[in-house]
Amino acid sequence: MEKFKTLTSTAIPLDIENVDTDQIIPARFLKATNREGFGENAFRDWRFQKDGTVNVEFVLNQPQYEGPILVAGDNFGCGSSREHAAWALTDYGFKVIVSSFFADIFKGNALNNGLLPVQVTPEFLKKLMTAIKANPPTKITVDLVAQTIGIDGSDHTESFVIDAYKKSCMINGYDDIDYLLSKKDSIEHFEKTLI
Amino acid sequence: MGKTLFDKVWDAHVVDTIPNGPQILYIDKHLIHEVTSPQAFNELEERNIPVFRPEQIVATADHNTPTLNQHLPIKDELSRKQLEQLSDNCKKNNITLYELGHKYNGIVHVMAPELGITQPGMTIVCGDSHTSTHGAFGTIAFGIGTSQVAQVFASQCLLLTKPKSLRVTVNGELTNGVLPKDVILYIISKIGTNSGTGYFCEYAGDVFENMSMEGRMTVCNMSIEMGARGGMIAPDDTTFEYIKGRKFAPKGEVFDQKVAYWKTLPTDDDAVFDKEYHFDAADIEPMLTYGTNPGMGIKVSGFIPETDDASFEKALDYMNFKKGETLIGKPINYVFIGSCTNSRIEDFRIAADYIKGKQKAANVTAWLVPGSKQVEAQIIEEGLKTIFDDAGFELRQPGCSACLAMNDDKIPQGEYCVSTSNRNFEGRQGQGARTILASPLMAAATAVEGKIIDITKQLQHQVSHEYTAV
Repeated sequence: MEKFKTLTSTAIPLDIENVDTDQIIPARFLKATNREGFGENAFRDWRFQKDGTVNVEFVLNQPQYEGPILVAGDNFGCGSSREHAAWALTDYGFKVIVSSFFADIFKGNALNNGLLPVQVTPEFLKKLMTAIKANPPTKITVDLVAQTIGIDGSDHTESFVIDAYKKSCMINGYDDIDYLLSKKDSIEHFEKTLI
Repeated sequence: MGKTLFDKVWDAHVVDTIPNGPQILYIDKHLIHEVTSPQAFNELEERNIPVFRPEQIVATADHNTPTLNQHLPIKDELSRKQLEQLSDNCKKNNITLYELGHKYNGIVHVMAPELGITQPGMTIVCGDSHTSTHGAFGTIAFGIGTSQVAQVFASQCLLLTKPKSLRVTVNGELTNGVLPKDVILYIISKIGTNSGTGYFCEYAGDVFENMSMEGRMTVCNMSIEMGARGGMIAPDDTTFEYIKGRKFAPKGEVFDQKVAYWKTLPTDDDAVFDKEYHFDAADIEPMLTYGTNPGMGIKVSGFIPETDDASFEKALDYMNFKKGETLIGKPINYVFIGSCTNSRIEDFRIAADYIKGKQKAANVTAWLVPGSKQVEAQIIEEGLKTIFDDAGFELRQPGCSACLAMNDDKIPQGEYCVSTSNRNFEGRQGQGARTILASPLMAAATAVEGKIIDITKQLQHQVSHEYTAV
């Protein structure tokens, strides 16, 4: 897993609530047996019209917006547990997703793939959306070590919460398997106590 | 302070706690299918890690499988390869697989309970968000991502932070025509799609106590649609009776010992929940969804709310519905009875009971898809297939089918489908398809009438027919 400490970049405003994982990666693209290449079909049915032409209305197709930070509406990642959604987003180039609320399974999947979910207050999310839409070159800084997110050139900054263990995994690029395997003895001991 | 059902099961499975961090939770049963397991097997192979407890894993093929001509080779090359890979991976790692055509094959959340694999007090995971279904047995069951599938393969454990507790109580008696699906659609329409996020839910009260195991599974299945990782119902005699005698259920004296333990699991009277909701059964009517998430539901006799909000308007635009209108009378060309929510024998009994002596409307394409080979066999054995055939309905072979537009069963662009599945997201049943979630009774009625009707009015004239959440 890639390490993550801080990131300063422009961001893309996806001002839609309840973005479910079926939108992030539709089921018909889940037939692959590896983790690569899902970015091509990220938000497929929003990026493209039914006839296959590019949907210029969709924010990912608007050239003024770019960058590895996606700022999305409330309840991002709800629905299916498909980790393909996290793979599609990272493969597309995202490193941080900002929202006022994340669905549980998506949040876990993101963290397991080095994709940082940053949960902000609804007020701060509104500030971010407004700032980016008013001036797309606006830079956002996400500092995982300090657990802060701020709009560069302004005093708008907010701290965010992340589990201490997950934070250290992200910073050091570790994953849960390494940790669980180191606990094999306790697990085997526990199994003997099971009813 | 007393413990909740969830606390009791969770605490019995904690191997260790990381200071200021998550806990190591032991997993009793790991269910896998073809879509979310291949990358996990690859990861283990790349890192040279063996599968730790293969005997605690059960596999089935369901998402990608066709529901016609299952004896023939699968036409779609990618689907075929994914299924082949599942077979190879299971063989290599000594994992039991009920592959396509096997007498126990079926949707993972239908197959495991009917085989007695799912039992109270267990922890069960699967790379599928509807794993919450198994909570109907008083089981901690939840969906996981593929990285976590790999973790369970490697260690039979997961690193998790204990979720908060939520209880939804529904007391009173359900009225005629109100089914478990309506109960859960009603709850989600009231509390929204994310009020359960961060929580594990317990369903309590008369309504759930009086429900069959099939009904309880329907309810728990949709817990994830309100954001809850899982939903549970206290195990009772209905639960024990259902499990007794099933293939993998404990037998004889062991069964009695288990029952004695299972009886200790229900929530203590003095336990405290982090959040509680109470509803009255009498307020629930048959439900329909009108939007693009399962929380956008109304009573069949109701009207689409007049909400001013961009996301709400985007949803109505997708559905081509207007604020303030009724769904009654809307012509419908597709009906789907199936999915891990409503593809058990009871669902087909309800549909058959309604359909008997009637004919499917000519404009409707109706797919009846059993949840498993065992359900399929039972439909035939009980004579339900004859009723469906006579009424012009098509009984297909088991699988996830039109729930998720991954296999061949897709709803065409722009068409409405009254569906017993669990998600009405944009494109969920096919690109541009418009899903209206409903109970098997509402779906059957729509198929017969060719449009949405107010089932409660029709039932008033047929007092002899009782459709209740038994």
